[in-house]
Amino acid sequence: MSEVEETIKRIQSHKGVLGIIVVNSEGIPILTSLDNSTTVQYAGLIHQLTMKARSTVRDIDPQNDLTFLRLRSKKHEIMVAPDKEYLLIVIQNPSE
Amino acid sequence: MKGRPKIRDDDDMTEIGDLGDDSYVHGKTLVKPDDQLDLTEVELKEEFTRILTANNPHAPQNIVRFNFKERTYKQTSSVEQIAIHFALDGNMLHKDSDEARRQRAKAGMGESKSEAALSEAGEEEGGEGEDGEKEEVVEAPPPKKESLRNQFNFSERASQTFNNPYRERGTATEPPPRANFSSTANQWEIYDAYYEDLQKQEKAKDKTKQIPTYRKEDDKTKKKLVAMETASDDISRVTRAAKIVERMVNQNTFDDIAQDFSYFEDASDEFRDQEGTLLPLWKFSFDKAKRLAVTSICWNPKYVDMFVVGHGSYDFTKQGRGMLLFYTLKNPSHPEYIYSTESGVMCLDIHPIYQYLVCVGFYDGSVGVFNTQEKRPGPVYKSTAKSGKHTDPVWQVKWQKDDLDNNLNLYSVSSDGRVVSWTLVKDELIYADVIKLTVDDLPTEGPDGTQLQLLGCGTSFDFHKKIDYLFLVGTEEGKIHKCSKAYSSQFLDTIDAHHMAVDAVRWNPFHPDIFISCSADWTVKIWDHNYGNQAMFTFDLNSAVGDVAWAPFSSTVFAAVTADGKVHVFDLNINKYEALCEQSVVQKKKTKLTHIEFNPRHMIICVGDERGYVTSLKLSPNLRKVPKKKKGEENVGIDHEIEIAKLDKILSLVREPDNKE
Repeated sequence: MSEVEETIKRIQSHKGVLGIIVVNSEGIPILTSLDNSTTVQYAGLIHQLTMKARSTVRDIDPQNDLTFLRLRSKKHEIMVAPDKEYLLIVIQNPSE
Repeated sequence: MKGRPKIRDDDDMTEIGDLGDDSYVHGKTLVKPDDQLDLTEVELKEEFTRILTANNPHAPQNIVRFNFKERTYKQTSSVEQIAIHFALDGNMLHKDSDEARRQRAKAGMGESKSEAALSEAGEEEGGEGEDGEKEEVVEAPPPKKESLRNQFNFSERASQTFNNPYRERGTATEPPPRANFSSTANQWEIYDAYYEDLQKQEKAKDKTKQIPTYRKEDDKTKKKLVAMETASDDISRVTRAAKIVERMVNQNTFDDIAQDFSYFEDASDEFRDQEGTLLPLWKFSFDKAKRLAVTSICWNPKYVDMFVVGHGSYDFTKQGRGMLLFYTLKNPSHPEYIYSTESGVMCLDIHPIYQYLVCVGFYDGSVGVFNTQEKRPGPVYKSTAKSGKHTDPVWQVKWQKDDLDNNLNLYSVSSDGRVVSWTLVKDELIYADVIKLTVDDLPTEGPDGTQLQLLGCGTSFDFHKKIDYLFLVGTEEGKIHKCSKAYSSQFLDTIDAHHMAVDAVRWNPFHPDIFISCSADWTVKIWDHNYGNQAMFTFDLNSAVGDVAWAPFSSTVFAAVTADGKVHVFDLNINKYEALCEQSVVQKKKTKLTHIEFNPRHMIICVGDERGYVTSLKLSPNLRKVPKKKKGEENVGIDHEIEIAKLDKILSLVREPDNKE
């Protein structure tokens, strides 16, 4: 198994992690551990939010770039790590 | 006469003809009517004056108007007497008036066009036109005779052409294909476009510099690369993002530890006199290394959250494979890099400049160099039996400065009694014996009568921070030899340090004369290399000491680990005889602690034990006291001079009785 697949498996089996989604640059999910409808919803919404966040950061200073985004809510935390072509979304319940 | 009027009155109508003859002839016969006034002669001669006035007899003389001011009717004083009998508006103009001038101008210009009209016009008009013409001739050559257009001499001329009949024609084409395009023009998109352009320009420059014969090869390789890239459309590109996310997930899970690491300061230290504690932070372990003991730990000098752990076995009977693991504090659950080795790893060192190069000493006596930038599963260089590897386990390796040819250089010490210097030349490790650890000065006699050199077993060494050629070697016999790289046969000095094997020997990072050594004989000793006969300080720790390390932030702080699972932290500045902290850090009491290392920047230490666990601990405030800095100097790093002076002060207290003796 490749290193990346191993990493993803490890993240999935980590304590408190509810799911992981990999989204491509157009907002289409290509790998997920959740059910279809939830995945599609997360992918679309989070993709837009990340693009907006990235645009904001880069507008202020074009040499800067977004490293990651954390969205903590009452129930769980959504962590997004953007890449050049992909977007990794992990949903974790940190208090478990 | 009177008779006749009477007749006339009666027969007025019928007898006119008869009377008419008379009256017709005598038309002016005076007849006095009956009702005529009889006036006297005086009255008849009376003269009556008649005045002829211009007053209008029909004008009213007493027009009354209502005056609202006085609220009465008032008689207007004078009344208009003019009576207009006839009014007619004429159309004559004064010749100097504006309208006349305009007309004259038009007449002058348009005269050539409509002379016929002029002749038709009345005398006045003709006269005017001629006058206008004359005037113009007198002044300047006449421009053009403008035709006078007015109501009298203007005639409209129009003609109508034949209108062609209209016909409608139409064609329909296919609509061009349309695509919706939308984009944003943000500052960063513009920046990106410029950046790409710059890259292209630079590439173009590079291409022109290259020799043309190489171009074809480049194209071929480039094509191959392109094909490969498009094929691998899968997951492997998410590596970086996956790593980041893994760290984030870990940060969440170990959130309280991360907070402790950064911010927790044990407040109870104030009440504890001078003692301190160690706060356990993360614990690192790897499944496959669980049965292997931690044989060495080394912090990365540049990326201070990374450290390397070597796994192997100290047990002579249980020798198997080993592991080399690279951990980071940011991801406590899984190592960053994993290398599996055939023989147990006994020691390791990270190159101070090229942090991706790690040299490793193995139990089987060989030395290897790992390069983490290359994705090889094994070492890049490895010494073999032919190339002069040690015949006994290598106990310590250390990188040295590059030699004159800019080749990388490392040293190793082993139980076979040799200190060897290895040079990395191209693909090989070339060795050179630096020194042999002879036991006695005189060679002893062997069974055949040949002269044999008995060699001691080196267990540890350390190079001086400032003096390049000076180094110390600790042996299994308990001796510490002071050696120089220049002299290969003789030691500069030998110190009978311990009764058992010297497990670790280390120079003080600040003071140039002081070093520390620890041994399985339960002691830790501090020496001054100028006074080799006696230790400056001796500490008995009630158990075999596995390792000792100086703190990088203070010249008087050091820590030691023992076989009973305790960590001892000393600060000579505060207490010269006792440890400030003696703490057990293992879960199971019988675990030996094998190694200890201080983090170069943060106030944490890493302790390895024989079960394969690495525990990180935070030093409480009492254990890390540094001399107070003056107000202006807070951002300046650790002041070496102060540290050296501090230690000197302590040493002088100890030394005086020695001198007196």
